[in-house]
Amino acid sequence: MLNYTFHWNQAFKALPQMLDGALVTLQIALLSMVIGLALALTLTAFRLSGNRILSGFATTWVEIARNTPALFQIYMAHFGLGNFGIHLSPYTALLVGIAFNNAGYLAENFRGALKAIPDTQARAGRSLGMTPVQAFRLIVLPQMLRIAFLPVTNQMVWAILMTSLGVTVGMNTDLAGITQELNARSFRTFEFFALAAVIYYIIAKLVTLAARLLAARMFRY
Amino acid sequence: MIEIKDVRKSFSTLEVLKGINLTVNKGEVVTIIGGSGSGKSTLLTCINGLEPINAGQITIDGTVVHAKDTDLNKLRRKVGIVFQQWNAFPHLTVLENVMLAPRKVLGLSKEKAEEIAVKQLTHVGLREKLTVYPNRMSGGQQQRMAIARALAMSPEYMLFDEVTSALDPMLVGEVLDTLKMLAEEGMTMICVTHEMAFARDVSDRVAFFHHGVMTEIGTPDQLFGAPQHPDTQAFLASVR
Repeated sequence: MLNYTFHWNQAFKALPQMLDGALVTLQIALLSMVIGLALALTLTAFRLSGNRILSGFATTWVEIARNTPALFQIYMAHFGLGNFGIHLSPYTALLVGIAFNNAGYLAENFRGALKAIPDTQARAGRSLGMTPVQAFRLIVLPQMLRIAFLPVTNQMVWAILMTSLGVTVGMNTDLAGITQELNARSFRTFEFFALAAVIYYIIAKLVTLAARLLAARMFRY
Repeated sequence: MIEIKDVRKSFSTLEVLKGINLTVNKGEVVTIIGGSGSGKSTLLTCINGLEPINAGQITIDGTVVHAKDTDLNKLRRKVGIVFQQWNAFPHLTVLENVMLAPRKVLGLSKEKAEEIAVKQLTHVGLREKLTVYPNRMSGGQQQRMAIARALAMSPEYMLFDEVTSALDPMLVGEVLDTLKMLAEEGMTMICVTHEMAFARDVSDRVAFFHHGVMTEIGTPDQLFGAPQHPDTQAFLASVR
């Protein structure tokens, strides 16, 4: 350790390249969240449907997503599906794997948020002549989104960090992938990964900050 | 006119309404008193179809509430209800709370809905609170808002389900005053209440419920002055 001389210059020279990778990282994370949110709402609807097949399907999804390693979920999307002749590119496999994971966690968050809203809220809406759909959309949903907002933000941060697992399926255009390639060429592991970690940290913090500002605007009560 | 005929209602094995008969005419104020679990509140939620019934029939201006082809959403525009727990919508301001149903259910324009909401909120003394969120208000204010919210639908009938039971004693008066004002304006009302002085003051008729049966009904003078049924006598003796 004492013999090691830091070569930060090499790392800083690669910064523009790494920032390009960071954009890809952010893009995958955002896409996976949009898909994950849509899936989570669907899974939540399935679970509330009262249909045993639909709710069983949704519960199985949530159980697998939350109780197995995210790495395996991404592996399955790439190599696992590959065994069945479905070949996804590293980018798509990473997106699918993270979206699967997001959907499971978010569906559970939504369920908790729904439980926190008393039945009497929808009932009050119905008693004013609203249809069940109106009562849900106008009264229950906005309150649910507020309760779920913080966990959704956490999941977004988690999604950003999960993208780094893409290197295991050959992803080489995101921040982790580019960092890994630079490392392989130079063996300046500490410098490159430390810089990459700082970039991940800043992205995560910015996302949290943006979410907080958005929440302050959206939820005034 | 609300006509309740031989209505029976059970929750699984427990029969909470055992054949209720009651007719409430336009402009009449009927209060229902009685102990907890006597079926008073259940009757109100049956009247506007929030609860199904097991037997009998409720008709409102000729519409059979529990008939299969009755549009309950439409019927409920005509029959407002206010609950013990006022159920303010916490994500909306006071004004938005009151405007929501007129806009989305009646399909009124924003301007028209706002005009109605401001009028009703002024009526219940909340003109100063339009832009406030409900959780910044006292229980009494939230309950008055809930009353304004129901009134904004221009109902022909109002049902009040123990609207003062969850309030601090010092806030009960302001809500009761609002109900009295409505009664004086000629609103047709059925009030379930534990406030005996209020029942005596505003009612045209008072009904006493006991274990799912309406044991007695009469003018306030009859019911409070000379109760006939032993159960009524015992109840009134205990609350005085």
